Amino acid sequence: MTLDARIGLRLGSLDLQVELTLHPGEVVALLGPNGAGKSTVLRCLAGLAPIDDGRISIDGAAVDDPATGAFVEPEDRPVGFVFQDYALFEHMSVIENVAFGLRARGTAKGEARERAGEWLERFGLTEYGTQRPGSLSGGQAQRVALARALAPNPRLLLLDEPLAALDVGTRAAVRRDLRQHLATFDGMRLVVTHDPVDAHALADRVVVLEAGRVVQTGTLAEVTARPRTRYVADLVGVNLVAGDVAEGVLTTPTGARVVIADALDGPALATIRPHSVLLGRGEATGSSARNTWHGAIVDIDRMGERVRVVIDGDLALTAEITAAALDDLQLRLGDRVHASVKATDIEVVPE
Amino acid sequence: MPVPALALAIVAVAFFALPLVGLIWRAPWSNAWTYLTADTALVALRLSMVTSLCATALSIVFGVPLAWLLARVDFPGRGAVRALCLLSMVLPPVVGGVALFFALGRRGLVGQYLDQWFGITLPFTTAGVVVAQTFVAMPFLVITVEAALRQLDPRLEDASRTLGASRWYTFRRVTLPAIRPALTAGAVLAWARALGEFGATITFAGNFPGTTQTMPLAVYLSLETNPEEAIVLALLMIAISFTVLVGLRDRWFGAVGRPVQVAA
Repeated sequence: MTLDARIGLRLGSLDLQVELTLHPGEVVALLGPNGAGKSTVLRCLAGLAPIDDGRISIDGAAVDDPATGAFVEPEDRPVGFVFQDYALFEHMSVIENVAFGLRARGTAKGEARERAGEWLERFGLTEYGTQRPGSLSGGQAQRVALARALAPNPRLLLLDEPLAALDVGTRAAVRRDLRQHLATFDGMRLVVTHDPVDAHALADRVVVLEAGRVVQTGTLAEVTARPRTRYVADLVGVNLVAGDVAEGVLTTPTGARVVIADALDGPALATIRPHSVLLGRGEATGSSARNTWHGAIVDIDRMGERVRVVIDGDLALTAEITAAALDDLQLRLGDRVHASVKATDIEVVPE
Repeated sequence: MPVPALALAIVAVAFFALPLVGLIWRAPWSNAWTYLTADTALVALRLSMVTSLCATALSIVFGVPLAWLLARVDFPGRGAVRALCLLSMVLPPVVGGVALFFALGRRGLVGQYLDQWFGITLPFTTAGVVVAQTFVAMPFLVITVEAALRQLDPRLEDASRTLGASRWYTFRRVTLPAIRPALTAGAVLAWARALGEFGATITFAGNFPGTTQTMPLAVYLSLETNPEEAIVLALLMIAISFTVLVGLRDRWFGAVGRPVQVAA
């Protein structure tokens, strides 16, 4: 199961030129700012927006190829789509929503309901089967949307901002839930998001889209260490530190300690923005920053006037400083440095 | 609610209520039963019911696809086509009837071929009544359904397609149920318009008891010969329409889905 897509599409002010390959069983996050064309890429893959040029093939078979005129209608593609805000059918019950894809593909009513019932059970929704989607919470509605998309057994699952509709309070729980359910699906998964925390939680690999072009692909760690554009650096290239929080301190699996300002307990993900990281030569001499880690410089990446310095030590971390600061400190590869961050500069979300 | 607005609203209610009160005030209650059970009344009532329901059915069958075309398909001259289809709402019905006559009459543009090839004659027949009523009633359904289609989240139809539903299955199982309140409202408006239709009917279909003399025509005719009968027939029409409008309002308009919006 592979997806090969070369998408060329002009739509209003958007000029989309995207090449994308998904490997079997892979979860890829499509990241990018608003208007970059992320949702349009999903619509092209699903057949909801025919492409102008290029070629989209699933398992080698062309589903959209303007050069040969081949076009497979959305209903005939092995693609499941979870829409932003979920687009559940309000005039049907939850179980009818989940059974819809089976019914539309010709499964008899009784069998469709039975199989939909199994999906509801798997997603912990059995008790909501007869309710209308409007009465569900955001997290429940998302599970219904996911069950509905998976019920017809697609090979490629597309998720458009699956967490954007949720408030901060439920987001973490739903994200964890979504990760578990996505893990049970063995096809290809493509998740559109603009949040690196979501990408970290859900995806093996990220593809960053800006103004209709792919600007970078790789693992999140690779992208963080060497972002190629300003956007990637600011919004994608952040340090994500996973660990367990107890008494205001997050402890990583390798034993590094991160003092945080938020009151929470249990597994959590800390976001440390590279420009919040202060660097100094040698050993720390004391400051108001609650966090200080030591390490060696393993990479220096100049982006104009800004420089990203990758440090490996107590905690693997990327710092962003000015080129002038780099020169003042005379930092070179292999130098021992200390990195400090104020606890209040660290965002933490439960995981 | 601000007091001036409330006062104006009350005036508006009175404006609609007073003519009804006037009719009730002048109604010959002692003879009412006689007039109601007279042949003219029963025949006209039956004809009105049959023709207005047929016109409503035709309005739905052709009007829903037309609304879909206007709401969803982007084609050059769409504005002009919409204006053309809604023209009969503002046209004096008598003019509409005359125009229908030129188009579908026995010597009409299309009517001559209907007559020659198929032996179908529309003017001065019950079918002609239905045609005249549909002509004036369908636009009410079209604008209501078009507005609902425009408000419908297009992603619902997209979701249906990605779940394996064809365009037709999507239309039947997703689009139609989602716009059902608007469709009901539009159908009721169209039916009410068809039931009250007068001008186009009398010019296109004439005024023959039993075949083309609907209630409004019977009322108009008896105003000249027997005003008492006219008042009774008018009150009967009002009672039927009022009952249907009140009954449907509670059952459909408010309860189901989002509030129905009728385009201006």
